[in-house]
Amino acid sequence: MKKVSQFLLLALGVVVLFSTNSCKKQLNKTPKYGLNSEVVYSDPDNYINVLAKLYSGLSMTGLQGPAGKGDIAGIDEGFSAYVRVLFNLQELPTDEVVCGWNDPGIPELNKMTWSPETSFIKGMYYRIYYQITLCNEFIRESSDAKMTERGFDAGTQERIRMYRHEARFLRALSYYHAMDLFGNVPFVTEEDKVGAFQPERISRSDLFAYLETELKDIEGQLMAPGNIEYGHASSAAAKFLLAKMYLNAEVYTGTNRYADCANYCQEIINSNAFQLDDDYTDLFRADNNTSPEIIFPVVYDGLYAQTWGGTTFMVCASIGGSMVAADYGVNGKWGGLRTTAPFVDKFPDSMLDYRWQFYRTGQSKEITNLGSFTQGYALPKYQNKTSTGSSASNNGTSAFVDIDFPMFRLADVFLMYAEASFRNGDAGTALNYVNTLRERAYGGSTHNLGSISLTDILDERARELHWECTRRTDLIRFGLFTGGDYIWPFKGGTAAGGSVSNHLNLYPLPTADLNLNPNLVQNPGY
Amino acid sequence: MKKALRFLSLTTLLFIQTLVFGQGGKIQGTLSDSTGKPLYGAKVILEGQNRGGQTDESGKYVIDLLEAGEFTLIFRATGYQEIKRTITVGPGQTVTADASLKSLEIELDEVVVIGYGTTRTSDLTGAATVINEKNFNQGSVSTPEQLIMGKTAGVRINTNDGAPGSGSTIRLRGGTSINASNDPLIVVDGVPLDNGGIAGAANPLSLINPNDIASFVILKDASATAIYGSRGANGVILITTKKGNGLNPEKLSVTLDSKHSLSTIAKYADVLSGEEFRALLTANGTQDQINLMGDANTDWQRQVFRQAYTTDNNVSLTGGIKFLPYRLSFGNRHENGLLKRDKFNRTSVSLNLTPTFLKNTLQFEVNQRYVQTNQTFANRGALGAAFFDPTQSVYSDTTLFNGYYEWIDTNTFLPENLAPKNPLGLLNQRVDTSNVWRYIGNAKVTYKLPFFPQIKAVINGGLDLSNGSGAYSESKNSAGGFYTQGSYGQYSQRKGNKLLEAYLNFNNGDKESKHLIDLTAGYSWQDWFTDRPTDTLPTLNEAQDSIIQAPGSIYPFYTDNALLSFYGRGIYTYDNRFVLNVSLRRDGSSRFSPETRWGMFPSVSGAWLLSNESFMKPITLINMLKLRAGYGVTGQQDGIGDYSYISNYYIGSTTAQYAFGGQFYSVMRPDGFDANLKWETTSSYNFGLDIGLMKDRFTASIDVYRKETRDLLATVPVPAGTNFTNQILTNVGNMRNEGIEISTSFGILAKKDMRLDVMANATYNRNTVLKLSQIVDSNSVGIQVGGIAGGLSNTIQVHQIGNPTFSYFVYEQQYDANGNAIESGSFIDPSNPGLGTYTDTDAFVDRNGDGVINIDDRYIFEKAAPDWFLGLSLNFQYKKWSLGMSMRSELGGYIYNNLHSNNGTLQGVNGTQGFLNNISSLYYEEEFQYTNDRQLLSDHYLERADFLRMDYVSLAYRFGKLKFTKEKIGANVAFVVSNVFVLTKYSGQDPEISGGIDNNFYPRPRVFSLNLTFDF
Repeated sequence: MKKVSQFLLLALGVVVLFSTNSCKKQLNKTPKYGLNSEVVYSDPDNYINVLAKLYSGLSMTGLQGPAGKGDIAGIDEGFSAYVRVLFNLQELPTDEVVCGWNDPGIPELNKMTWSPETSFIKGMYYRIYYQITLCNEFIRESSDAKMTERGFDAGTQERIRMYRHEARFLRALSYYHAMDLFGNVPFVTEEDKVGAFQPERISRSDLFAYLETELKDIEGQLMAPGNIEYGHASSAAAKFLLAKMYLNAEVYTGTNRYADCANYCQEIINSNAFQLDDDYTDLFRADNNTSPEIIFPVVYDGLYAQTWGGTTFMVCASIGGSMVAADYGVNGKWGGLRTTAPFVDKFPDSMLDYRWQFYRTGQSKEITNLGSFTQGYALPKYQNKTSTGSSASNNGTSAFVDIDFPMFRLADVFLMYAEASFRNGDAGTALNYVNTLRERAYGGSTHNLGSISLTDILDERARELHWECTRRTDLIRFGLFTGGDYIWPFKGGTAAGGSVSNHLNLYPLPTADLNLNPNLVQNPGY
Repeated sequence: MKKALRFLSLTTLLFIQTLVFGQGGKIQGTLSDSTGKPLYGAKVILEGQNRGGQTDESGKYVIDLLEAGEFTLIFRATGYQEIKRTITVGPGQTVTADASLKSLEIELDEVVVIGYGTTRTSDLTGAATVINEKNFNQGSVSTPEQLIMGKTAGVRINTNDGAPGSGSTIRLRGGTSINASNDPLIVVDGVPLDNGGIAGAANPLSLINPNDIASFVILKDASATAIYGSRGANGVILITTKKGNGLNPEKLSVTLDSKHSLSTIAKYADVLSGEEFRALLTANGTQDQINLMGDANTDWQRQVFRQAYTTDNNVSLTGGIKFLPYRLSFGNRHENGLLKRDKFNRTSVSLNLTPTFLKNTLQFEVNQRYVQTNQTFANRGALGAAFFDPTQSVYSDTTLFNGYYEWIDTNTFLPENLAPKNPLGLLNQRVDTSNVWRYIGNAKVTYKLPFFPQIKAVINGGLDLSNGSGAYSESKNSAGGFYTQGSYGQYSQRKGNKLLEAYLNFNNGDKESKHLIDLTAGYSWQDWFTDRPTDTLPTLNEAQDSIIQAPGSIYPFYTDNALLSFYGRGIYTYDNRFVLNVSLRRDGSSRFSPETRWGMFPSVSGAWLLSNESFMKPITLINMLKLRAGYGVTGQQDGIGDYSYISNYYIGSTTAQYAFGGQFYSVMRPDGFDANLKWETTSSYNFGLDIGLMKDRFTASIDVYRKETRDLLATVPVPAGTNFTNQILTNVGNMRNEGIEISTSFGILAKKDMRLDVMANATYNRNTVLKLSQIVDSNSVGIQVGGIAGGLSNTIQVHQIGNPTFSYFVYEQQYDANGNAIESGSFIDPSNPGLGTYTDTDAFVDRNGDGVINIDDRYIFEKAAPDWFLGLSLNFQYKKWSLGMSMRSELGGYIYNNLHSNNGTLQGVNGTQGFLNNISSLYYEEEFQYTNDRQLLSDHYLERADFLRMDYVSLAYRFGKLKFTKEKIGANVAFVVSNVFVLTKYSGQDPEISGGIDNNFYPRPRVFSLNLTFDF
């Protein structure tokens, strides 16, 4: 026994020898090239890079273009791109687009038979909250208090404060999409630190009120358009978003706010910062960053901002059949997106309208089989060529395009202004602004309307703004998205189309989040 | 080089032989046990001279003497009583000294390597299995784990596919984890290996030459693995390499081993022939499809596969220079894959030194291993050859695309971007090579303290370094490289881990005492790094003068982590009847926050050797009977990122920037993190029974176990808005594995020149997911996994509470009156389209009765893992002939035939995007027209994966010592067939698919080998 205790004593000595703190310090390891948040925010030069990520949350899908180290898990990375999922949710369940692919979720969107498990609905929801969480972090880290604490000089603080307002705008934009698509959703701000907690639920009308306050606050602090580099959100972007909210306020809150909508539209128009592009098609070409019409773009580039989402998706997916990819400045035909006959019929004057851009060779107008690209007219609205017809940066050898997505543009302001005015009893203003757009479309006043109705405005919106992610919202505002008043092919599932339930005006919250967050309540009908 | 080595070894040998030969006499003899069975590897030592001999397989030994005289011989074999005998040898005389050794009272008194030390087999309290060289699998074995496939209960080893140097999936008692690693810890000569992948090597274990391995010890239950703490949950495999034996320092023995193998394809994928394809489309195809057909009949699989020749040569030199026993070995394996251009070339050097000093109180063990592989990877895209249009010829009559036929756009004459590429063109127009080296070395010093000889101090330092690099290029003339002017990329990766450990061992070593005490206490520090500088390199065109894909990262990839541990173990044996084993390990890992980084891993186990009880003595039939019971807690931390508890920002690639005012800015993104991440812990119980009958002619071990894993790491959704990701790897779940293992061996015949040994084992394992989220939710589908080909992001498997992991999650197929599967959308009566078409609810069972078929109608049907896996090996020896074979069987697992589901419909032919695909012959079974997501997820495509595979059969002839000129050369010839046959009802190529989803599989070759072994 003595020997045993001798041994134990010796062993204890060894343990004590090795368990000193210097040994334990070897366990404190940090990434050699990664930067922890303290390091990132202590250098004022890094703020623009973090801000760039907030913006690129709308365009890119991860840290590597076109794919790799994705932001959102559980959905194909390219499918998770903000603008791409927004397009799918705003356009696929409408008369403007059908998609031939059989990927999970696509037929369900086309047929309006989605469920809380539909992958694109999850993709949009998580993309929105990813964006909001990143914005919250940036807003938290760029507070005046933190900047002072880090010893930034006044000029630096001024610059970063502007970034903070932009981050607040981007957060409001995503919350707007959450409100429009999902209604009653989780609510997190910069007050909520990252970690395990269950966010509170906010009702659609409370979210409206919050966004109204928030946007009105930053609208006066963001830079005026013209004083700011292309790509940044200006005060006009905040005004546009307010106008959009007010136009749809009745849907969101039960109370209409058309007068407020008209006011903000007027402010944007009167600022004279934006003009209609002379050529409608130039708005959707590789060099549309030079367009005077775009109020808020999502920026893409064929070399430096590559993604399988966004405008690359819009170009490649809309070509197929006998179309030649090279004609549209890309290297492949994804053969997915076409349009329906009721939408084609919205152009009674066919090719006289510059906005009529259908491709018909080998395509039938009617659709009986969603999966066949040659059924339904193709619509190559987005093309990766410059306005003069020359090649974009990819030289046509890749799928990656230079076209910026015009998320907010002046024509929409005209149409919002027209609709709000009309609904407020001012048909004259409405007719005036609609005709301004028609004059561009027809190259003159020959096809101007003599009088105007609400239906004319909705149809004009379709002709002008089709495939720009507004259709679902517009149809809902007019009460035509659900129900049986307006039918288009595959609405409800059949080729002829049919009536669908009103609960589809809101998308369901993903089951996974309901399971994790008991504060949330599923939207009715799901 | 090889020739030079042979020459060198031969001349060295001759030199030494002349020194030794003919000066003294000779002692020779045969050693056997009390039953007359020859003792292999027994030692005969000349007392006081530090030299001696060792017996061969037939129990024979020879000792050449330096001078005549009187000698005391010590006959020693593990597990047997030592004998001393004195003999006198006159000059030039040859004296025969045979001996029969009595086995020790406890027969299984073999010494087994366990973590941080050794123990007697009789003192083992946990589930540990030893597999020695003589039981290894024969034939063309390219990686170490293949040596022990099917050899022991509780260990399931499946090669991942048939590619040269390909990896294997090793599971000890099922996996304990979902998202983290399920691989066991592998320890070579005391150095825990980095089990992660090495760039340029298909399998990190392929960097160890199987020829250098002496034995495997597999520690299966927690009471055995708890000494490895946070890495022990998936079991531990201890590999001991061959050493110099230290008996006959002056005598150099050389072993030459040469294997020559021919690999052939065992089964091709069953697809339509050119005629069948043409007939099908002519009858049912669209005009577009018919227009696209060619007029050739090409069997594309025969274009890309071949018979492949493999050689494997090894030389080992064993001997010693005075007090310095050594073993030096060289190996070279040159393996060709079944797929044309696939090549694997491995060269290895290994040196082991085991010197002792100060009258054996200071022992060194130095192991140095260096392995280099040069590999050419065939373009795996060619595995899709079966599905290339069989009506097209291999070559076009143009020079376009290097003369290979390719699908082109008939308007532009440019290659169709989405079309499959000519499989032979894929192979021949891509060069993809890698060069990998790995060094594993350690030096262990054991010092018996001068004043306390019962205490020894051990210090072990080890290093495992690897470097993999490679480059690939694709021809600018190829269809795939057309748009980018070809491509060129390169990669390199450095990995390493350093180990330093020190422990003290106390063993009272008093065999006369009733109390045997063995205590160990130690410290271990290990530090790993991975460095990938090439992450900053772009992909270039073939000419390497323009960038076609910017680098993924602007910084090199670098990651490191460290593990600091303290451990202790006590083994107390009372009267050779009761054994108590207690161990405790404390681990600290840099992967976790300072608050969660330390963990305790205790174990306690005991054994009762009933056969040593006096009341058992009268039962002579039973020579050994032992009961074991153990409990232990182990951890699992592989698969967790190195810094995932800290909020880190990373910089985006140049192709993922954002532009303000036309100027591009790199983005900085915070990654999701879990500050409270910790390791998984598995607590397990094991009850075992070992029995030996008729002096161990029959032995059996039965183990029953239950393992419960808590804090299971799983990637689960986080509440939206709470983290910089929507899914995070975190500790959420519980899982249970339970099972039974039975291992038996039976010496059916044990005569002097005829022996028949049979070993059989069986394992039953079942795992169940118990919990998967922090908030218990019974409605949750669970975690969907198992991506399949077809559609996009479709998954076929699920981890769901109450079910095994990787359960299939499917729609229930409905069948018509004729037993044919119903296709949604097809005509109810094809001859009468007016009758209408089947709907989803006709095709699938509406399980919840809500009138629609959606995810709520999917149900759990079986799982990928087998319930039972069985192994059987047999060794038969008759005089100089020996016959061996090994078979494996798995029962109760299911396989998803993805080739059938995705390539078995008419729609699979395509034709709408400007090209055609061949389809599986299984199309004829149900003649489905379209592929759709629900159909893909139908239980119709699940098949039983039961199989019986004969891994090898070998026939060997031992010539014994042949006398050529002056030297005597031992020679052994064996003919081995590997992967002899597979019995299965599975309709695909091979039922043994790791993960259970069969899709574009690299076929396992059938290999015919001729093995030649010489020793002198």
